[in-house]
Amino acid sequence: MTAMPTQSEITAALSRWLPPDAILFQPEDVRPFETDGLTAYRQLPYVVVLPRTEAEVQAVLRYCHEAGIPVVARGSGTGLSGGALPHATGVLMSMSRFMRILDIDPLARTARVQPGVRNLAISEAVAPFGLYYAPDPSSQIACSIGGNVAENSGGVHCLKYGLTVHNLVKVRAVTMAGELIELGCDALDAPGYDLLALMTGSEGLLGVLTEITVKLLPKPQKAQAILAAFDDIEKAGHAVANIIASGIIPAGLEMMDGPATRAAEAFVHASYPLEAEAILICESDGTPEEVLDEMARMKAILESSGAIEIRFSQDEAQRLKFWAGRKAAFPAVGRLSPDYYCIDGTIPRRTLAAVLKRIYEMSHEYGLEVCNVFHAGDGNLHPLILFDAAKPGEFERTEAYAGKILELCVEVGGTITGEHGVGVEKINQMCVQFRPDEISTFHAVKAAFDPEGLLNPGKAIPTLHRCAEMGRMHVHHNQTAYPELPRF
Amino acid sequence: MHTVLQSLMDQVRNAHASATPLRIRGGGSKGFWLHAQAPQELELRAYTGVVDYEPSELVITVRAGTPLAEVEALLAQQGQMLAFEPPHFGPTATLGGVIASGLSGPRRASAGSVRDFVLGVRIIDGLGRDLSFGGRVIKNVAGFDVSRLMVGALGSLGVITEVSLKVLPIPAFDVTLEWALQEAAAIVRMNEWGGQPFPVSATSWQNGRLRARLSGAEVAVRAAMHRLGGDAIPQGAAWWASLREQSAPCFETSRPLWRLAVKSTAPPLGLSGAILTEWGGAQRWIASDHAPAQLHKAARDAGGHALLFRGGNPAIPHLGMLHPVLGQIHRRLKHAFDPKGILNPGFPGNF
Repeated sequence: MTAMPTQSEITAALSRWLPPDAILFQPEDVRPFETDGLTAYRQLPYVVVLPRTEAEVQAVLRYCHEAGIPVVARGSGTGLSGGALPHATGVLMSMSRFMRILDIDPLARTARVQPGVRNLAISEAVAPFGLYYAPDPSSQIACSIGGNVAENSGGVHCLKYGLTVHNLVKVRAVTMAGELIELGCDALDAPGYDLLALMTGSEGLLGVLTEITVKLLPKPQKAQAILAAFDDIEKAGHAVANIIASGIIPAGLEMMDGPATRAAEAFVHASYPLEAEAILICESDGTPEEVLDEMARMKAILESSGAIEIRFSQDEAQRLKFWAGRKAAFPAVGRLSPDYYCIDGTIPRRTLAAVLKRIYEMSHEYGLEVCNVFHAGDGNLHPLILFDAAKPGEFERTEAYAGKILELCVEVGGTITGEHGVGVEKINQMCVQFRPDEISTFHAVKAAFDPEGLLNPGKAIPTLHRCAEMGRMHVHHNQTAYPELPRF
Repeated sequence: MHTVLQSLMDQVRNAHASATPLRIRGGGSKGFWLHAQAPQELELRAYTGVVDYEPSELVITVRAGTPLAEVEALLAQQGQMLAFEPPHFGPTATLGGVIASGLSGPRRASAGSVRDFVLGVRIIDGLGRDLSFGGRVIKNVAGFDVSRLMVGALGSLGVITEVSLKVLPIPAFDVTLEWALQEAAAIVRMNEWGGQPFPVSATSWQNGRLRARLSGAEVAVRAAMHRLGGDAIPQGAAWWASLREQSAPCFETSRPLWRLAVKSTAPPLGLSGAILTEWGGAQRWIASDHAPAQLHKAARDAGGHALLFRGGNPAIPHLGMLHPVLGQIHRRLKHAFDPKGILNPGFPGNF
């Protein structure tokens, strides 16, 4: 085997295809790329490239493939699981110069865009046609559509409108060998295996996206929200089940427990009822007739489920106010404590009361406070454990507690990650959820696209012998890479 | 472990050991679709039962041999449905066949396809191993999406033994409207509706008649009827069922039946013969003796692909020519899941 090329050998080789401003290697230049939204993990990249064209992406990948150099693709760097963490001796490929919206087809309701385009920029660009792009991850003002595809991002409206995978038409991607492939097509299905679904959520392990065609939906004419308070979290859980069982698919259905509610209220003053043990935010959207009908039915169900207070948003400002506290829940909790740990499990909704009871019991056992925010519609639970890293042993205790919560999620039939991805952060928990034969199958799938294992190595799928330690999102002193972004 | 599952695994293991190809069979209702050539049959019909169903979770988990009709009846009791309206093509259809064939019905353009509702699968791979992917929850990004990869793979990547699906409420109210309209105008109209907040749940055009089904809360459907105009027709439910099951007269043909999946806005394809258009313009059926090359080209020019669906010369492969790089990825995936090529040989065809 030949020796790994040195940094100067790599940059010299890359300069055959890239202009000087598209290759960075000085420590001060590559520093901004050392981490993504999960700042607990940092690694200076060896070399950073900023290609502008598909041909440049192909040339870089072909060279790295031949030279055996690992490559990590990066969008906006807002991911929460360390999926874009650089490789110490690899090339970090930033797609930030792929910024163009290439085509909007209002009649077919599609937009063809480059991967560096921001999620929200798509909805803004198509708004004049009465259309929007539905998946709305909380970082949507900053996160890129390429990153969304890589992570199969969700949002607060995904129970009704689906995840990224449900809102894609086709993608173009370059394999590690530098070959251009197109997955999906302009029809509603493509011949052969569903590689578009496989590529979605593959965390940058199968290919580098260069073009994405998304599906657009008509903007709902109206949206209205209900804020409901409960004196018992179990009643709130039953209210959620009753709404769904009645045949309503709300546009949004979010829950916060008492501690999270009080933290959010202290932070954004959304007028949340402070005595509540749980609050629900239920949103309805559609035509005015649909919304009127659905709101009346939801109100009746919430009342019969034991809500102690129910408020309807009277206008758009009030609807946004209902949401403000929920969307600021993470930073609000961050104000209560020097550090917090965010967990991203999903559970069957019916187990919510039992899971929360166990989480509270363990909170006492570990001597650590916890707040819970919950995408109640789709079962995605975000417990936030409060701790102080400066106190000896507290971080280790937090890790142990968090690990128990994730195991609990798997135990009740759920998953270790609902929307943040595995990345480097939850790679060990993959071994809790999957058996060795399944993990070997994942490696075989990876090898079908990238036999040499050079694309984003060490992420998402653990090697079989590393199933040991546990790790999760660790936020120190409330400092994430993008503290201004809502995290929910 | 369930004794039937154990027996299925043993059969696949033996087949792997002796490199004997297997023809995977559920209810046999979609056998016309898969021309698998294999001496030995792997029979899934005995592996039945609902593993888990809690209506308020919107998730059902069933064993692959469970009859589709039974699952739909169970869901209907709770006011729920498989929103992609899978065709049965006969009373024996099983859930495993629904997933393996990947076929969706009239609601596909508005609600999504089979793969959009698949949350998790349990399979036996070509080595006879019992594997689970995905899960029973709506939001789950752990591991590659192997579950959706199984949809439409016709059993070539694994014997599907169990599947978890997202289900949706049955709309409270349906109405079918009809307009007299020529093909080109009808295609534009269907696409325009897609960009407006109308509760359109299915569309069709045939022989100068455009039809749309509206579904949802009664007040919303009535308001949309008022805005859309058209004539309400009484036999709407029967019409959509006849498209779903391909029992409508236009499907009864001695000629080869072709399916052309195209970009929804593609103008009329200019092929002689009767065309039936569904899915807002994205799915077009033609019973035709046209040369396959001509149909493939027409579909490609319209942004999609053509497939011989029924009849005709079975030697015509299911897949058109894939890009060589994609072909290589397909072969590697097939090899990863089924190294000896024993599962439903013949798919995915020549590429």
